[in-house]
Amino acid sequence: MMGSENVEEFKEEMESLFLREESDRDFNGDKSNSNYRSAMSTLSDSPHPSILVTPADSDPLFAPPSYYSESRSPRSKPNGGNRDSSYLEPPSYADVIFSPFDDNSEINGSDDGGSRHSQSSDTLSRSSSSLSSDFIKITVSSPQKEQEATNSMIPGGTTYVTYQITTRTNLPEYGGSDFSVRRRFRDVVTLADRLAESYRGFCIPPRPDKSVVESQVMQKQEFVEQRRVALEKYLRRLVAHPVIRNSDELKVFLQAQGKLPLATSTDVASRMLDGAVKLPKQLFGESGGASAVEVVQPARGGRDLLRLFKELRQSVSNDWGGSKPPVVEEDKGFLEKKEKMHDLEQQIINASQQAESLVKAQQDMGEIMGELGLAFIKLTKFENEEAVFNSQRARANDMKNLATSAVKASRFYRELNSQTVKHLDTLHDYLGLMMAVQGAFADRSSALLTVQTLLSELSSLEGRAEKLEAASSKVFGGDKSRIKKIEELKETIKVTEDSKNLAIRQYEQIKGNNWCEVERLDRERRADFLNMMKGFVVNQVGYAEKIANVWTKVAEETSQYNRESS
Amino acid sequence: MESTEQPRSISGSMQSPRSPSSQPYLSVSVTDPVKLGNGVQAYISYRVITKTNLPEYQGPEKIVIRRYSDFVWLRDRLFEKYKGIFIPPLPEKSAVEKFRFSAEFIEMRRAALDIFVNRIALHPELRQSEDLRTFLQADEETMDRFRFQETGIFKKPADFMQMFRDVQSKVSDAVLGKEKPVEETTAAYEKLKHYIFELENHLAEAQKHAYRLVKRHRELGQSLLDFGKAVKLLGACEGEPTGKAFSDLGTKSELLSIKLQKEAQQVLMNFEEPLKDYVRYVQSIKATIAERGTAFKQHCELAETTKLKEINLDKLMLTRSDKVGEAEIEYREKARKLRENLRG
Repeated sequence: MMGSENVEEFKEEMESLFLREESDRDFNGDKSNSNYRSAMSTLSDSPHPSILVTPADSDPLFAPPSYYSESRSPRSKPNGGNRDSSYLEPPSYADVIFSPFDDNSEINGSDDGGSRHSQSSDTLSRSSSSLSSDFIKITVSSPQKEQEATNSMIPGGTTYVTYQITTRTNLPEYGGSDFSVRRRFRDVVTLADRLAESYRGFCIPPRPDKSVVESQVMQKQEFVEQRRVALEKYLRRLVAHPVIRNSDELKVFLQAQGKLPLATSTDVASRMLDGAVKLPKQLFGESGGASAVEVVQPARGGRDLLRLFKELRQSVSNDWGGSKPPVVEEDKGFLEKKEKMHDLEQQIINASQQAESLVKAQQDMGEIMGELGLAFIKLTKFENEEAVFNSQRARANDMKNLATSAVKASRFYRELNSQTVKHLDTLHDYLGLMMAVQGAFADRSSALLTVQTLLSELSSLEGRAEKLEAASSKVFGGDKSRIKKIEELKETIKVTEDSKNLAIRQYEQIKGNNWCEVERLDRERRADFLNMMKGFVVNQVGYAEKIANVWTKVAEETSQYNRESS
Repeated sequence: MESTEQPRSISGSMQSPRSPSSQPYLSVSVTDPVKLGNGVQAYISYRVITKTNLPEYQGPEKIVIRRYSDFVWLRDRLFEKYKGIFIPPLPEKSAVEKFRFSAEFIEMRRAALDIFVNRIALHPELRQSEDLRTFLQADEETMDRFRFQETGIFKKPADFMQMFRDVQSKVSDAVLGKEKPVEETTAAYEKLKHYIFELENHLAEAQKHAYRLVKRHRELGQSLLDFGKAVKLLGACEGEPTGKAFSDLGTKSELLSIKLQKEAQQVLMNFEEPLKDYVRYVQSIKATIAERGTAFKQHCELAETTKLKEINLDKLMLTRSDKVGEAEIEYREKARKLRENLRG
């Protein structure tokens, strides 16, 4: 991000809570989440004031140390207001941590301006396309029950829930700047399926689960709310993906009023029918190119039964090493990468679990601190009421200080924790993304399988053709029936050849997609994790300071006892 | 108290130049817990070191070995002899078997025992107790003997008699429908009593919370440790700079965890334990209050019996019976007891 323009932005945002769009680039689309997370990340807390903050030139993406010299130069350290220092002094973290609940800022004087906005430098460090100010922001809201209009005899069809999906954007590909549609969950599933077909090899963020619950639960407030949140997260991730955000399917989903004009997966029966009709065409190539395209889509149920069978046969023979597959998964790099991804996933799972128990422990700490404080307040009250001697009242007063401090500390713990949750959520989110990676790799594997199947099919067809020719040439004058067969075979071979070439092209493309995506994922993950850690650590430090201040104050106030007893 | 003259000890022991030679002092410490014995009969022994210049004591320094039940003996003796005085409390017997020998429990107990003895040594009246001297100086065998006397399974005959008398008076009350004053009391005394009882509740609650605070500290420490480890493993999967960052984060988490455990220990020893100590102290006060009540009751009974004996005597005198002498003796004895009791 460029230096100077940010001074103005920075200052103006000081006065308002206007969330900048880049915060949407978070993979964790939660609005307030990004607020805090980017707030945390605005602290380019290089503990060494000597790190020169260089505005424009370092692309934070590619130079690792540049992460720490993120060009947030005019970030003012709230030690006494908004100074325009490019040199960052070792901050008092307590000053910088923003607590919206903290009405009485205990920090001397200065207002915690520095962090009250989403200077989303975490997005800064991610994609260079965030240089321009295009944004797209999605909100999912107002779930409503609706009736399914059926023309069946049964009065009152099934009810379902729709959600309002509001988009605000200035991207040119979208016709307008503000629009909203109503969609139901089924539509989301359709969208996800269509995307999966069109963007093979890409790491497509996984959609929220279809829940296998009974309709009673479906309508419960809690469930609906959970789903709303999940949908919002999902859609925000989709638009955060640099390729998918431009997809037609997504545009249609977000913009087209009324019924979602995307082909849904048809029911199995009609697909079977379809399949039965198409089968001969597939085998004997009457519909030429069209079927080639179909062929290179991954095999699915219904119409692709035959193909599934063939590919299964192929994969079995691959596994058993019976026939050497003509196209080998040769890319050692790919296999290594896959292995690494798997390891990474395991560790993310582990870390995510530990993060959860850390959060719980922090929560417990806050609770007990509060209860202790309350117990002492009761004791204080009791002493004051029942006091016989004045010294009792004096003690009671001191005890009250202790008690209120404990309660204050408890409040800080709770704040600390709610922010910790937001930071460490990154780990949870990446679990989902690892699944997307798996999906992308699976796309590649299945494409490869298709290619292999076609190749072996081709070779067997050619084999048959040869045999027929050989046999027919032995017959004097040609064997009419055999010649006819040979003709037909040659047709099939041609179609299969076309399909094979298409499949190979697809495979290559998917490979390319894979590679791009994994690169992108690695980059973004690096940035996200660094942000997460930074946010987490700054948060911890800030609150540790605050809590320490509380206790220090009490210790001072009661220091007389220490002197007395020594 | 012999404050001005420095007693010249026959054994010629020297006063250390540091000690305030004109001031009498008695300082005790309880140290070095050691596990002795085997299996079920295992127990912890403590070293009790006495430093003093009081003449009643054998020399400026004495070291003996004592165990928990010896402390209990001392407390019981003091409780009996010094009625009306608040006896410092002892740490509890351990309820849970396997906890009995944990390092933490032993240390907590040792600290509490140390405070116990020192409070006695500083108390103007209690410090003069002969039982204290026995406790601090007698050799181990003597101590054992004393202890067995007290903790015998069968109660002393005197206790039995008291129990009979209690029952007797209760029955006669019921039969005669007499209303007995429960305790001698004033408004101020009642207020204090109420205060003490309530105080115990509040202190106990505070102590409970304090203990849970200690536990939570430990749990937080543990989860930070686990988190640190997990994060380090994650870092191993990642390249730079993420990998290093994770690794650093993990290391720091582990360090923090250690600090938290230390803090937990401090909170335990410096906050929770003293709270527990005060709870016990209040309980000990309550015990003394109860004793006051019992004493008062006994006093009333004695007064009654004395009265009866007096009546009897007068009767006998009138009839000029031989029994007069006997009765008179009895009467005098009762009266004496009454006066004694009144004083206590």
